[in-house]
Amino acid sequence: MHNQTVAQLAQGLRDKAFSSVELTETFLQRINEHDANYNAFVTVDEGRALSGARAADQRLASGAASALTGIPIAHKDIFCTEGLRTSCGSRMLDNFVPPYNATVINRFNDAGAVLLGKTNLDEFAMGSSNENSYYGPVKNPWDPTLVPGGSSGGSAAAVAARMAPAATGTDTGGSIRQPAAFCGITGLKPTYGRVSRLGMIAYASSLDQGGPMARTAEDCALLLNAMAGHDPLDSTSSETPAEDYTANLENSLKGLRIGLPREYFCDGLDGATDSCIQAALKELEAQGAELVDISLPNSSLTIPAYYIIAPAEASTNLSRFDGVRYGHRCEDPADLHDLYTRTREEGFGDEVKRRILVGTYALSAGYYDAYYKKAQQARRLISNDFSQALDGVDIIAGPTTPGPAFALGAKSNDPISMYLEDVYTLAANLAGLPGMSVPAGLADGKPVGLQLIGRHFAEAGLLNVAHRFQQATDWHTMTPKAGGAD
Amino acid sequence: MAIEQDEIGKIAELARIRIADEQIGEVTQRITEILGMVDQLQAADTAGVEPMANPLDATQRLRADEVTEINRREAFQAIAPAVQNGLYLVPKVIE
Repeated sequence: MHNQTVAQLAQGLRDKAFSSVELTETFLQRINEHDANYNAFVTVDEGRALSGARAADQRLASGAASALTGIPIAHKDIFCTEGLRTSCGSRMLDNFVPPYNATVINRFNDAGAVLLGKTNLDEFAMGSSNENSYYGPVKNPWDPTLVPGGSSGGSAAAVAARMAPAATGTDTGGSIRQPAAFCGITGLKPTYGRVSRLGMIAYASSLDQGGPMARTAEDCALLLNAMAGHDPLDSTSSETPAEDYTANLENSLKGLRIGLPREYFCDGLDGATDSCIQAALKELEAQGAELVDISLPNSSLTIPAYYIIAPAEASTNLSRFDGVRYGHRCEDPADLHDLYTRTREEGFGDEVKRRILVGTYALSAGYYDAYYKKAQQARRLISNDFSQALDGVDIIAGPTTPGPAFALGAKSNDPISMYLEDVYTLAANLAGLPGMSVPAGLADGKPVGLQLIGRHFAEAGLLNVAHRFQQATDWHTMTPKAGGAD
Repeated sequence: MAIEQDEIGKIAELARIRIADEQIGEVTQRITEILGMVDQLQAADTAGVEPMANPLDATQRLRADEVTEINRREAFQAIAPAVQNGLYLVPKVIE
């Protein structure tokens, strides 16, 4: 059962091949047996999961089921779950039990999905290796000496190790796509504003976007159908109507123009990764797509612009953690100043503190124009590059990451080299464009992700390309052998 | 751009994060490295470029000025570190 896709499991539930309770028990058992090797989950509430499964079975029996009714889904522990601890991977929220649900959680509840558990992540989604969690690093199911990527590393590892059929993630600079690539699964970061941010703990509010992580593009489409849509409670939620993201999956790729940014295929790209991407592009070409050389001339500004804008927004967002209303509070504060400064010293980890400090600096008097405003202007230039490129092509393709998963500890003491991991993924967040990572081969036995970037609200188009690619290849069906995951 | 330790101290104070004396050297070093990396931006020609705050260039939506939420003070204060009589408690501010 655990090796089936969401689409297959949904059919099995409808055919009464198994019940949601049986399905949920299967995955709970897999978590019990295997998660000690991977540390993908922060919180699993078996009672809550099984009661959700029983309700789903009743709904299935009544004939009022939706596509996801009875399917167990793991949620990144950044989505607030009413009555269930939501840690965001931080000591600051180790004791935080939200009094409300994120809109994404409500939408999955409405669809009848089962909340399987909450997955590990880099603290406040800040990281590219999942080594920044208060709950310890997540291990890559393909090789537990490797990182799973981050920040949605727990979600990626849970799906890769078949401890969940699908999961949610969030992506501020690559946090869905990079771990999806490293763990050999499919992940989609939708257009900014496509999925509600309400109750999704904020890191950088103009970049953050929630999305699905699953084994196939079809499964991502099924999840996105539940997640996408306007939310009046999120003032940045788009009013553009959501679509049925499964409707165009089978469309032909004949005549599709795919842009290959030459800046994404140069120094710094691992050779074995490049070979996988070239082979994937040939497959798309064989299906009738046309490959077009394009340029994104301001690509070199992407990392510096992101690492000003995201920390600046983080320093503002994370000022809410003050030890007064919820979350961690230091012992015996001498006065209010001591309460604030010691609570935040104790509650935040090193990388979160670094980003808050960089952001505070960039926003402080005398530096605002040189840093924050300059970065926002660079963001416009980067966004304009994509607008121009996407006038001439339908989608953009390239590698998700410069290389496959690296060893645990290899970059954890060097923030800059960690930041360079995001070189190909950050721009889609700065420009607000939808981006996907699709399994596209193995480099020295480690999964490689093909990245697809589309126009605003072109999620259906990306899913179509990814699905057609997966119809012709079997990279997405490969299972990691480590730890008995298959 | 190099940044001095006392400047990090000022930034940390603005951010209300205590940094232990024995860590200030390393934090200063890391922040200096990050600022050095982002300084690549200074070479970009951004004259006349409109800053981009929202990737869809959306503006803040307003809603009707009506009460739509119910008062959930008890639920919200149930998770607070210290409350009394419906108020959040902090150390004494005024002597």
